Amino acid sequence: MSQTSRLPQGGRIDRARSLAFTFDGERLSGLGGDTLASALLANGRVLVGRSFKYHRPRGIVGLGAEEPNALVRLGSGAAAEPNARATCVELFDGLAAESQNRWPSLTSDLGAAAGLLAPILPAGFYYKTFMGPGAGAWRVYEWAIRRMAGLGRAPSGADPDRYEQRFAHCDLLVAGAGPAGLAAALAAGRSGARVILADMDREAGGHLLAEGDDLAVDGQPALGWAAAVAAELDGMPNVQRLCRTALAGLYDGNYLTAWEQVTDHLGPGRGGGLPRQRLWRIRARQAVLATGALERPLVFAGNDRPGVMLSGALRGYLHRYAVLAGRRVCLMTNNDSAYRTAIALQRAGASCILADLRSDGTPLAAAARAAGVEVLTGHAVTQAQGGMRVDRVRLRKMSESGGAMIGGLRKEAVDILAMSGGWGPNVALFSQARGRLHYDPALTAFRPAGGPQGLRCAGGADGATSLQAALDGGVAAGLAAAADCGFDAAPLPPLRAEEPDVPADGGAGRVRAVWIVPGEHPVGRGPKQFVDFQNDVTAGDLQLAEREGFSAVEHMKRYTTTGMATDQGKLSGMNALGILAEMRGTSVDAVGHTTFRPPYVPVTFGAMAGRRTGPLFDPLRRTPMQGWHERQGALLETVGQWQRPLCFPQALPDGKREDRAAATRREVLAVRHAAGLLDASTLGKIMVEGPDAATFLNRLYVNRFDSLKPGHCRYGLMLTENGTVLDDGVVARLDARRFHVTTTTGGAAHVLDWMEELLQTEWPDLQAWCTSVTDHWAVATLSGPLSREILAPLTDIDLANAAFPFMTVREGLVCGAPARIFRVSFTGELSFEINLAARYGRALWDCLLAAGSDRGLVPFGTDAMHLLRAEKGFIMVGQESDGTTIPDDLGMAGMVKGDKGDFIGKRSLSRPDMLRGDRKQLVGLLTAEPRTVLREGAQIVAPDAPDPRPGQKVPMLGHVTSSYFSPTLNRSIALALVKGGRARIGEAVKVPVMGGPPVAASIAPPIFHDDKGAAARG
Amino acid sequence: MFLIDCPWCGTRPQSEFAAHGEAQVVRPADPAAASDAEWAAYLFLRDNPKGRLLERWVHRHGCRRWFTVARDTATDRIEAVYPPAGGPAGPPSGPAGGDR
Amino acid sequence: MQRYSLVSLARNAFSNHEDWPRAWRAAEPQAAYDIVIVGGGGHGLATAYYLAREFGEKKVAVLEKGWLGGGNTGRNTTIIRSNYLQDESAALYDHAVQLWRGLSRELNYNVMYSPRGLLHLAHDESELREISRRGHANWLNGIDAEFLTPAEVRQWVPAIRLDGRYPILGALLQRRGGTARHDAVAWGYARAADRLGVDIIENCEVTGIEVADGRVRALQTGRGRIAAGKVGLVAAGHSSVLANMAGFRLPLASTPLQALVSEPVKPVLDVVVMSGKVHVYVSQSDKGELVIGAGSDMHNSYSQRGSYDMIEEIMGPLLELFPSFSRLRMLRQWAGIVDVTPDRSPIIGPSPVAGLYLNCGWGTGGFKATPGSGHVFAATIARDAPHPMAAPFGLDRFTSGALVDEAAAAAVAH
Repeated sequence: MSQTSRLPQGGRIDRARSLAFTFDGERLSGLGGDTLASALLANGRVLVGRSFKYHRPRGIVGLGAEEPNALVRLGSGAAAEPNARATCVELFDGLAAESQNRWPSLTSDLGAAAGLLAPILPAGFYYKTFMGPGAGAWRVYEWAIRRMAGLGRAPSGADPDRYEQRFAHCDLLVAGAGPAGLAAALAAGRSGARVILADMDREAGGHLLAEGDDLAVDGQPALGWAAAVAAELDGMPNVQRLCRTALAGLYDGNYLTAWEQVTDHLGPGRGGGLPRQRLWRIRARQAVLATGALERPLVFAGNDRPGVMLSGALRGYLHRYAVLAGRRVCLMTNNDSAYRTAIALQRAGASCILADLRSDGTPLAAAARAAGVEVLTGHAVTQAQGGMRVDRVRLRKMSESGGAMIGGLRKEAVDILAMSGGWGPNVALFSQARGRLHYDPALTAFRPAGGPQGLRCAGGADGATSLQAALDGGVAAGLAAAADCGFDAAPLPPLRAEEPDVPADGGAGRVRAVWIVPGEHPVGRGPKQFVDFQNDVTAGDLQLAEREGFSAVEHMKRYTTTGMATDQGKLSGMNALGILAEMRGTSVDAVGHTTFRPPYVPVTFGAMAGRRTGPLFDPLRRTPMQGWHERQGALLETVGQWQRPLCFPQALPDGKREDRAAATRREVLAVRHAAGLLDASTLGKIMVEGPDAATFLNRLYVNRFDSLKPGHCRYGLMLTENGTVLDDGVVARLDARRFHVTTTTGGAAHVLDWMEELLQTEWPDLQAWCTSVTDHWAVATLSGPLSREILAPLTDIDLANAAFPFMTVREGLVCGAPARIFRVSFTGELSFEINLAARYGRALWDCLLAAGSDRGLVPFGTDAMHLLRAEKGFIMVGQESDGTTIPDDLGMAGMVKGDKGDFIGKRSLSRPDMLRGDRKQLVGLLTAEPRTVLREGAQIVAPDAPDPRPGQKVPMLGHVTSSYFSPTLNRSIALALVKGGRARIGEAVKVPVMGGPPVAASIAPPIFHDDKGAAARG
Repeated sequence: MFLIDCPWCGTRPQSEFAAHGEAQVVRPADPAAASDAEWAAYLFLRDNPKGRLLERWVHRHGCRRWFTVARDTATDRIEAVYPPAGGPAGPPSGPAGGDR
Repeated sequence: MQRYSLVSLARNAFSNHEDWPRAWRAAEPQAAYDIVIVGGGGHGLATAYYLAREFGEKKVAVLEKGWLGGGNTGRNTTIIRSNYLQDESAALYDHAVQLWRGLSRELNYNVMYSPRGLLHLAHDESELREISRRGHANWLNGIDAEFLTPAEVRQWVPAIRLDGRYPILGALLQRRGGTARHDAVAWGYARAADRLGVDIIENCEVTGIEVADGRVRALQTGRGRIAAGKVGLVAAGHSSVLANMAGFRLPLASTPLQALVSEPVKPVLDVVVMSGKVHVYVSQSDKGELVIGAGSDMHNSYSQRGSYDMIEEIMGPLLELFPSFSRLRMLRQWAGIVDVTPDRSPIIGPSPVAGLYLNCGWGTGGFKATPGSGHVFAATIARDAPHPMAAPFGLDRFTSGALVDEAAAAAVAH
């Protein structure tokens, strides 16, 4: 019989639905409505994991997101999920969970040897050792430490699940569907405001879900009221209620991220087409944070033993899941709330001893005693003992001051120890949004003290300690938020709460701040008193940090790692601050608090990435001819967001295909001797139009454009204001007011931005407008000596040299469609850049290829294009230039001269560094051995330079920017930037190459073929 | 992520916009006459106050228009938005509440 | 001063660690110092340490407005490397890497320098050319560099996807690249400087800088006036604010830089991986958290506030390279204020005010330079002349045009 700790009745569970699951391979069963944690407890399992540093056995402590210990690995393989909080995992049939950070098993973990070494492993021990022998020693220690550290194992492969994202806008976002949140949403919802109510749980109710049925609102059971309100909200068209949705981040201007677990609770493969998780990004005009309060542990010896739990959590397991985690329960508290737990446990059949740290008792003691609870006022548990589970507590009476133990020692056998160190407002989201906090000694916690505009807290998050106060606060906040959004909210009739066992002045009553429960030994000398369970930070560690001067809150946090575990200090934060204040002898307010950072609960990377993975990671831009290239088996290269054909390997007679080099060589020779066709559609294209277009381009480019006649083209070079080369391209003047500007493929977007910026901010007086037409035009460049005769039959434009000379533009029909043809050349051969509306691009391509097939026309790719232009010494911006290159470096100083006025970047060219004679200049390089092709990116040194050696510097003269084997010249060629290179032409240099022998070369002019440019003009 | 009131499109999230530093940097009327130091100041020296900054923004994923924003860089609170024509009429950049 | 070692840890275990002294004194500010360093981050503390140790300066103070290491020292992604393209940068950053190597032993504080290897991925032909150019330049500058094929990348980083939207065509490896423990750098330098007599004064914000006859005279602080013979400003994101107090402007923009960590998991990534085109840099801390750098906002801000859009932007790229990280979770995000120069290189050297020296503009990449930066800056202040490695990084480069543009050849994230 399993589920030995399950009571025969009660709880919000579906007893008809039995769910099988495994924990560390053991088959167990739970019930519908269970969490993994409640199911484990129902099966009598308390021990669930091992701690981070000492590998101490640890059990379930809490009920929800605050849980520091019960971290498990769910599933396996690529669908595994490490570090899942058992308290937040809804049980499903077939769930497989395993414990983490232990080897070989949970009960016998070799890592626990760290516990034996604990005396020499205080906070920050690693800063004091592992420094030798030798400077490299740390890498050895680190190897071992890395394997000891970490928590769960990561998934082994690509995530099989899908994640989605949604945007939402609302007037009011309410975080938390407890009594305050429901009241706020109801008040605002009835006013007509658009409300989103989000809560981590699967059902509404908040902390009411963890309470018994003796709470009531307006005469009906509190949970019935909550369900009724939820139903009313669900019926309002202006209200959206999100379940299983954690508000993770609260950013500027009430921008929130909310993490919805859509199908996690169904189990793998049962999502029915729905995503696993969904990330909401919500912009809310107003927000009400009704995130409740969190109970704090007490800091005492052995407080980390499995079976030591938060009092409220224990009550929650009883009421919500009908799980009586222990039969012999000791409770220790500094406030009234544990009395309610003790009474409920006692009534459910447990026998309870309640040690109240307060010496003056409470009116609730009588009710507890009446229920059979043994109440010990002014008593403390000085130590919890046990191995894999707490089995004994040591109780003593405390002195009035709380500083010492008096009276005899009492030992009690127990199977659960519950603790309550007081309740603190859950202010994480509020603080993320830069809400100010102040310390409230009555609550012994920080509470909201003034937030940014449009942000309110209500209920427990605002310090309310009774159900009535939570309801009142929720209504008020909801009404005020609705009013701030301009809605006339009808006042809600007051909601009347009934809450037994709660003193009139509030739920928790007086709280006695006992930051460290006095034990039988001074702090740091006896058994460990844990402050941060997961990271194994003890009160002694905090004391050591303070002693060593790490007493600023951030120093304490970083030095001890308290609050830095996966629970981000939800349980440990306040205790650490209280202890620090006590050690420093100052107030908690003076100590301050560390900054709360998003997210409130850890959010999967998958949800944050949403659909922006795989094929949707980044858009793939395709030219109209792309399909043809792919079908031909072209090798593709990535250029920005485009993919361009590198070359078009052809089938060989033996059935194989050409390699990249052979295909490129064939394509180059075809262009030089017959004709080739290049898909140049990716070139950036911008129309610059208006009466001042010429003036604008004159100011933007190095070159003159006011003198350019309509129908003519000119190469243009564009600089940054710092004088360095920004982009280049051909500019064609279509008529007096219209220019067709081309840019590099990668530079198109930036050049357009830059043009618009200048026109709007620098020269708003100029009448010129820019339009990106990159995607409007398909471009096929027909290049080679036979290109004129191939094109002539297909167009009504007169292609004769006299009618359509080099560097002009004509408009007419090509293949029956309107076209714009530029007679420009990047290959050095006679070329026609044919622009057609993009929708005709593929037809143009087919038409040209068909027309040229009997004249040897072949498609060519970017490899051949680069090679052809390098033979001609034409630069590629970004390859021959980088962000430091100025026109003179490229031999283009001539363009800059002349009578033209100012242009962008001109003034920078006359600064001293731009006039140095030893700047890197563009030259050619010829290897001594003509078949050796230099490596692009290789550095150039003097012929007698020493060989490179570690730690030695070899002076560099420059680097190889482009390098190819030229089929035209039947030898290798290279372009390079070399210091003072133009004056060194003819000199020998050496090019050392990693992984090979150095290459001897000589500096040459940067043009290797047809230096008169006759072919292009022919 | 704060909200910005585009003078043309209305209130939009910051992610639709791009910031380009201090506004009202004046390009020398005759760059050739500027000294190297003056030119360097124009190119590189920028206000970078902890406090009120007049800065240029462009509604990149919207109307693509440029405008000027007065923002407190300590709090990211936007105090005012100005269309670019003629430049903003507001006070110059400086520490918030300061007299610079 | 108690020496740190395994032996001293064991000895102190017998006294329950109750006899450890403060790591550094809580010094009270004196009326005057020979040299005052403004800024108690890694760079400032390192400067003070080398001033005392190498240059024999006796009266040195470090003023920190909050807690030591609370600025970018405690907020960065702890990457260390020296494989920079430009000779000037390579020299400076490699100087730092050489100091990193012996730093724990020199300071007697384990800063956990972990030369685990750092990979720059290349995703297209132009990035292949870029890593070739940089790798060959590193090699000739005596800095370790290796080119990896995609198959070799997979051996170094088993979790990586080679054939995504932007396939991995190769990588540049620097084996001496890696990480260190950021907080420990501040604390280790502080402790060592304190031992040499440097006054480290926390919670001491500078509110004014007194200049007379073009020379710095004193600082106004929240803890009174402090006269100073020389002053070094090492305030990262707040450098412009301090320069403003001294009456000049700097070519800096202070912008937010976002970063995040995942929940800790067992080792899945043993090296540092950086990608320009898919914009990711990621490593796994010894604790097991993935440490991930996100982008920098374009707008100036001192709010030091996490924002979501930059974090969101990094997620697609991260999962593109590491599809198996999808089910891991973000634990914490935060922001630093980075001071960025037009050429993405730091400013080290004299200012327009005599006796006032600048060390700023490290942008997104300052942590790795900490020891080298402190060392050359100390030399610059002590000798009133730029250290040869610092000389190219003076303010004057913005007038002459001799920028040290690391972003020139590629948009390499620092």
